[in-house]
Amino acid sequence: MNKEQNTNAESFEQCLKCTVCTVYCPMVAVNPDYPGPKQAGPDGERYRLKNPVFYDDALDLCLNCKRCEVACPSNVKIGDIIQSARLKYSSKKPKLRDFILANTDIMGTMASTMAPVVNFTLGLKPVKAVMDGVLAVDHHRTFPKYAGQRFETWFKRYALKKQEEYTKKVSYFHGCYANYNNPKLAKDFVKIMNAIGYGVNLLEKEKCCGVALISNGFKNQAIKQANLNLGSIRKAVGRGEPILTTSSTCTFTMRDEYAHILELDNSDVRSSIALATKFIFELVDAGKVKLVFKDDYRKRIAYHTPCHMEKLGWAIYSTSLVKMIPGVDFNMLDSQCCGIAGTYGFKKEHYEDSQKIGESLFRQIRDLNLDMVATDCETCKWQIEMSTGVQVENPISIIADALDVEATQKANR
Amino acid sequence: MRFDTVIIGGGLSGLVAGIDLVRKGQKCLIVSSGQSALHFFSGSFELCNKENDPMKAIASLDACHPYSKLGAERVEALAARVKPFFAELGLNFKGDASANHWRMTPLGVMKRAWLTLDEYATFESETEMPWKKVSVLNIDGFLDFHTSYIAAALEAKGVEVAVASLSAPQFDKLRESPTEMRSTNISKTIIGEFVDALAEQINGKTDGSDAVLMPAVAGLTGTAEVERLKELVKVPFHFLPTLPPSTPGIRIQMMLKKYFQQQGGVYMLGDSVTEGRFEDGKLKSIKTLNNEDTEFEADNFILATGSFFSKGIVASQNGVAEPVFGLDVDADSDRTNWYQRNMFDAQPYMTFGVATDEEFRAKKDGRPVVNLYVVGSVLSGFNAIKDGCGAGVSILTSLNAADQIMNL
Ligand SMILES: Cc1cc2nc3c(=O)[nH]c(=O)nc-3n(C[C@H](O)[C@H](O)[C@H](O)COP(=O)(O)OP(=O)(O)OC[C@H]3O[C@@H](n4cnc5c(N)ncnc54)[C@H](O)[C@@H]3O)c2cc1C
Ligand code: SF4
Ligand code: SF4
Repeated sequence: MNKEQNTNAESFEQCLKCTVCTVYCPMVAVNPDYPGPKQAGPDGERYRLKNPVFYDDALDLCLNCKRCEVACPSNVKIGDIIQSARLKYSSKKPKLRDFILANTDIMGTMASTMAPVVNFTLGLKPVKAVMDGVLAVDHHRTFPKYAGQRFETWFKRYALKKQEEYTKKVSYFHGCYANYNNPKLAKDFVKIMNAIGYGVNLLEKEKCCGVALISNGFKNQAIKQANLNLGSIRKAVGRGEPILTTSSTCTFTMRDEYAHILELDNSDVRSSIALATKFIFELVDAGKVKLVFKDDYRKRIAYHTPCHMEKLGWAIYSTSLVKMIPGVDFNMLDSQCCGIAGTYGFKKEHYEDSQKIGESLFRQIRDLNLDMVATDCETCKWQIEMSTGVQVENPISIIADALDVEATQKANR
Repeated sequence: MRFDTVIIGGGLSGLVAGIDLVRKGQKCLIVSSGQSALHFFSGSFELCNKENDPMKAIASLDACHPYSKLGAERVEALAARVKPFFAELGLNFKGDASANHWRMTPLGVMKRAWLTLDEYATFESETEMPWKKVSVLNIDGFLDFHTSYIAAALEAKGVEVAVASLSAPQFDKLRESPTEMRSTNISKTIIGEFVDALAEQINGKTDGSDAVLMPAVAGLTGTAEVERLKELVKVPFHFLPTLPPSTPGIRIQMMLKKYFQQQGGVYMLGDSVTEGRFEDGKLKSIKTLNNEDTEFEADNFILATGSFFSKGIVASQNGVAEPVFGLDVDADSDRTNWYQRNMFDAQPYMTFGVATDEEFRAKKDGRPVVNLYVVGSVLSGFNAIKDGCGAGVSILTSLNAADQIMNL
């Protein structure tokens, strides 16, 4: 075995200087100003430890996609080294724009309360121009629409009571996106879980997983939110419930970034946090649960592997589930970064690189003549929809749409 | 989760076996920790280098050598399948098993080879060169290719050599950090319109030469750039190998992986197999680091984890071991016998590897695991350097295992 779960800060000592990581870094491929993972990571760390003046602001270009880590034969935690260095040494103050992009929670609460106004305003040309000019959010970007009713509100009003009917329970970490922008995804999750005989609990308290705080330089706030989430997660695990999610990035952040970047001990609950597709697939695979699909569902679908899904190594569960739908003509896209990297591609200064990185993926998608793309990450969804015009859905929503709910309920009684 | 075959290790061996099996309709999974020996690829596959006639050389190998286990006839039959196998993926090679040809190392030394990627320079003879005059071109500031060694070697064989360098702002940018001036990073710049501009620059530096030789620094993701250069450069144009990393080697790795996935294979990169469940002399399932409690079950398994370099076998104070399943290894238990004092002598530890029965099935506690086939450089009984047989053993034992699994 040579890929250990490594939280060792000295992992840069293991670097063999083979430059394999640089081959697979999507940023190096499009921007010659980026020093590349080897330079920015293990090589740079040596200098920075001697003297922080060696910190290079070009590290801001790193997407935190971790594709370098997946490729490194020597188990160097290159992406972690770079992110930690940014948090530790960067002297740049985050901008108002970064604050807005990072605080998905605050923005979400404000925006969903006034959804029609916000959606309308965010779509207006003059507003886009201000955002572009003053906030440096690229004007090509369309903000994901805010839903009028948050998932949490809907759940408490319409679904909570029903969950008492089930003896088997799971806890759901919905994340900001499913709560504010795409409640349908969260509802689809509840629909599937109920159909296969599981009740859904929300966590006692849930905050944004903190991924955007980490990448925008707000470490302390990220730690606060992480601790709050871990507290709720521990309670759920104490009740014997797994914590399921519908976003690969939230999952990855809570399992790995909490420990590696925020230096919190999550080892007691780490293995209880899983993507819903993994949990469901394993039940089906073990014959404990049956999914019955509609006869008339016909779609040509291709799966895009988000960077953090590649790092988790879990694409196999989502793809295997989608492939189970009889009417699906399944295609696998080459695993590559789409360029958005969370809030990264929203920033004006990154827009061009972001689109260049995704270009070959967009081409592949356009050439395949698809009905839709399946992917487990919300920001990949925005990026691919904006850049190709092809609809993108989470595998959970695809399963939910294709599911014959009544027949599934019967089969699992 | 169930597969027909699960392959542990996704370098040359694992991918060749996987591709052969998915082509035959199997549902296959490859789990691979990281990158492979292909990242150090010389441009040539070796079958057996000890003599000009590889088959004759194979006949004189030790009984424990994988080729001896396969038998000469089987080796010949398997070897004949290799060129078409790669051609179908768009990877074209020169050479065949009836006679070795010659290639040149980055240090200008002549070595025998079995199959060499089309774009590399190859030679019929060790001493007689096909040219009167050649231009040896290097990228300005690229230290993994030594024109002086190459020129000296060629001149010693009576060739007139003109050395020149190629420059461009793209290369200057890389040179800002000397450790980034590697073949793979250079190849990332030789794309699009710059290929044409570079060809023009090359054409300006070929005065009166019969051929141009250049380090293998183009074509990282495919052969398009190399084909374009060949088309535009007015004299015959050949690559010579660079020091690692190997751009064409990485291309082979990426193309094999992509093809495997396109044919429906599942490739999990950056994950490691950690343990296996054995029952009644069979391997039932494996687990991996990323997938925690999930068991990957299969009818058959292939172990393709590479040698010491890829940690397919590991050495410690307590001896040599196979780290995933604790399989039996063929290794000298006396540590003092592991190395030869003289670095250039054949090193005994090079032959260490997983012990197998006559059918290449792994042995555990002295008994064969009947559905676990061992392929490639994790096998015991051969010295890839001394016998010059690295890729040959990898490819042939992998095709052989795929045949065994398909009952062919
Ligand atoms: C530096 C070097 C250069 C070479 N150059 C040449 C050449 O130019 N020509 C030639 O003919 N031969 C060459 N060889 C010989 C070489 O061994 C073979 O050519 C061939 O590439 C070996 O392939 P393999 O798949 O058996 O092993 P490897 O390429 O070593 O691949 C093994 C793979 O298994 C993975 N792995 C290991 N343990 C686990 C685990 N527990 N779980 C999951 N994955 C795991 C590793 O990460 C690796 O990707 C070279 C060998 C070396 C070491
Ligand atoms: S791939 Fe790993 S070992 Fe190689 S240079 Fe990058 S960090 Fe170092
Ligand atoms: S995390 Fe991604 S962008 Fe950053 S260095 Fe690694 S591969 Fe490059």
